[in-house]
Amino acid sequence: MIYQDSKTLLSVRDLHASVSGTRILKGMNLTVKSGEVHAIMGPNGSGKSTFAKVLAGHPSYEVSGGEIEFEGRNLLELAAEARARAGVFLGFQYPIEIPGVANSQFLRLAYNTVQAGRGEDELDPLEFDDFVREKMKLLEMNPDFLDRSVNEGFSGGEKKRNEILQMALLEPRLAILDETDSGLDIDALRIVAGGVNQLANKDNAIVLVTHYQRLLNYIVPDYVHVMDAGRIVKTGGKELALELEERGYDWVGAEAKANARVNA
Amino acid sequence: MNTVSTSPYLAGLLQGQPPASPLTWLNELRANAVDRVGALTVPTTRDEDWRFTDISPLTKLSFQPAQGAAQLAPAAIEQWAIPEAAARLVFVDGIYAPGHSFNRAGLTVENLASGVSRHGAAVQAHLGRYADFERNVFTAVNTAFLHDGALILVPRDTALAAPVHLLFIATRKHAASYPRCLIVAESGSAVTVVEDYVALQSEAYFTSAVTELALTGNAEVHHVRVQREGAEAFHFANCAVSLAQASRYHSVSIALGGRISRHNLAALLAAEGAECRLDGLALIGGQQLADSHTLIDHASPRGSSRQLHKCIVDGAARAVFNGNIMVRPGAQRTDSSQSSRNLLLSARARVDTKPQLEIFADDVKCAHGATVGQLDVDEVFYLKSRGLSDTAARNLLTYAFGAEVIERIPVASLRNRLEQTVMERTHAAAPGAEGKP
Repeated sequence: MIYQDSKTLLSVRDLHASVSGTRILKGMNLTVKSGEVHAIMGPNGSGKSTFAKVLAGHPSYEVSGGEIEFEGRNLLELAAEARARAGVFLGFQYPIEIPGVANSQFLRLAYNTVQAGRGEDELDPLEFDDFVREKMKLLEMNPDFLDRSVNEGFSGGEKKRNEILQMALLEPRLAILDETDSGLDIDALRIVAGGVNQLANKDNAIVLVTHYQRLLNYIVPDYVHVMDAGRIVKTGGKELALELEERGYDWVGAEAKANARVNA
Repeated sequence: MNTVSTSPYLAGLLQGQPPASPLTWLNELRANAVDRVGALTVPTTRDEDWRFTDISPLTKLSFQPAQGAAQLAPAAIEQWAIPEAAARLVFVDGIYAPGHSFNRAGLTVENLASGVSRHGAAVQAHLGRYADFERNVFTAVNTAFLHDGALILVPRDTALAAPVHLLFIATRKHAASYPRCLIVAESGSAVTVVEDYVALQSEAYFTSAVTELALTGNAEVHHVRVQREGAEAFHFANCAVSLAQASRYHSVSIALGGRISRHNLAALLAAEGAECRLDGLALIGGQQLADSHTLIDHASPRGSSRQLHKCIVDGAARAVFNGNIMVRPGAQRTDSSQSSRNLLLSARARVDTKPQLEIFADDVKCAHGATVGQLDVDEVFYLKSRGLSDTAARNLLTYAFGAEVIERIPVASLRNRLEQTVMERTHAAAPGAEGKP
């Protein structure tokens, strides 16, 4: 939601990034204020997921130019773990399976590490168990998932719920949810979206990276951005998503190219 | 009984053999083994089977069997106790320690030296029948010294839920011990055995163990092997398993200790529908060498085998895995899969892994694969994106890598203890860990 007295959380200016020598982001600009929900859409290969990973500090992506400022700090100077502790959260498109580590152990470790980083109290296993079970209700998750290995053998929907559970535990200021809707059936989508909506408040912000409009029926964005060839080429309100659903992405790219010619 | 070996080193090892047994067949078995030792030599890296495992440091030292049992206080053993155990046999430097042993299992769990006379026919039917000493010098040496060890006889249709703990404790420098275990599971029976090698000292000593398991039709055996010998120990173990119709053998072998260790495990699926699962983990560092050679021999139709072998290697340590799967002519409908996964934690660490499939039947399903590598960058990133430091993330993933095998140990207290050990070791591998799990 757009608030009058909101603060700027994230400011991305002319960001360029590449992976294995291939330039993916070519002049990305984005400003996100507290309380807002942004959707970044675009065709495959437009750079959406790369942008999400660069924000979270994936080591395989090299930033060659531009700035990312998060709550007044230069995010590019922080390692991935420092970004997480500072309040940046990435919900993975493909959450990693970690056989041999109980989900409860992983969740508590993540929670306590982030709490400690913020100078807040850590929880012992018993306290944490109560705490996490409460959060799991939000996502209608079976407590059995605490005893299983992290994401191992989870269905697509279960993995995504587990991602949002982590978001609920870590209470980030900025959550980037990368293709959270992919692989979800309609019930799982409703539950995951419901969880995200309950976590959204006037102090945090959410960036949804998605290919399809479907998710945006459940999580209503304040802004919809369209990426093409490594940058945002069009920004609108939630109605833009509907238009994209109807007309596809080609016209946006064509329009951007035409504008570029006019400006040149 | 005192044939002189062609190898002076082996001749030296053969000193101090046990006195003759009243059982003729046992004396003959030993004598045959002594003869065999005479014809064999200490393996070198020129032998294909020992290509990666240089045991020459062994031959620079001499070892003799301990004479007379060292006295240990009960408290000294407590650290290895398995509270769930229905029976425990303790051997100190290879010598049976009745004061530390107990048997509440309601079946035969006793030291072999006394069991062999009480259960002569049952023992004779199996002892020395599976562990072949024709070509294996360490099995031959063990058989030459065949005297004591563990005997477990599980009668027909008897299921023992609680584990049997066989605990071998090394206390003396330069001692040689030759434990021999025989486990016979009669048809329809079930048992869990923990074979556990530990040390109260860190000087060099020599263990050459042989374990034979016979599973009769439809029997089920869980066999956990923990090798946590002292830092300078030489540990050579040969385990042979024979599986009859529809029997099931599950083994988890953990190698943590020893300067040089070698574990040969051979499972013969001798009759139709037998199943075996062999899982292994070597977690080593420093100058350690841990070698595991396995053979899964599908000799009958409709057998199934599963194998997961993992190595975590730090420092200048070296791990060797040779996993042979043999599918003999006629072993149709064999279903086999094998995976060797290896994690190198330092630039000087080394793994030699060699999965080997030999298939002589046409209607089979066999899969195998091997990976050697470092931690996956995406896995590390996932944990770091949740706030974990680089070190904590790497430690957790290393721990998890090992825990996947340890998890398969069906004895809770042992599993927890070993998970703790792996956790401590993996933190030690990268000091300065924060946010301990």
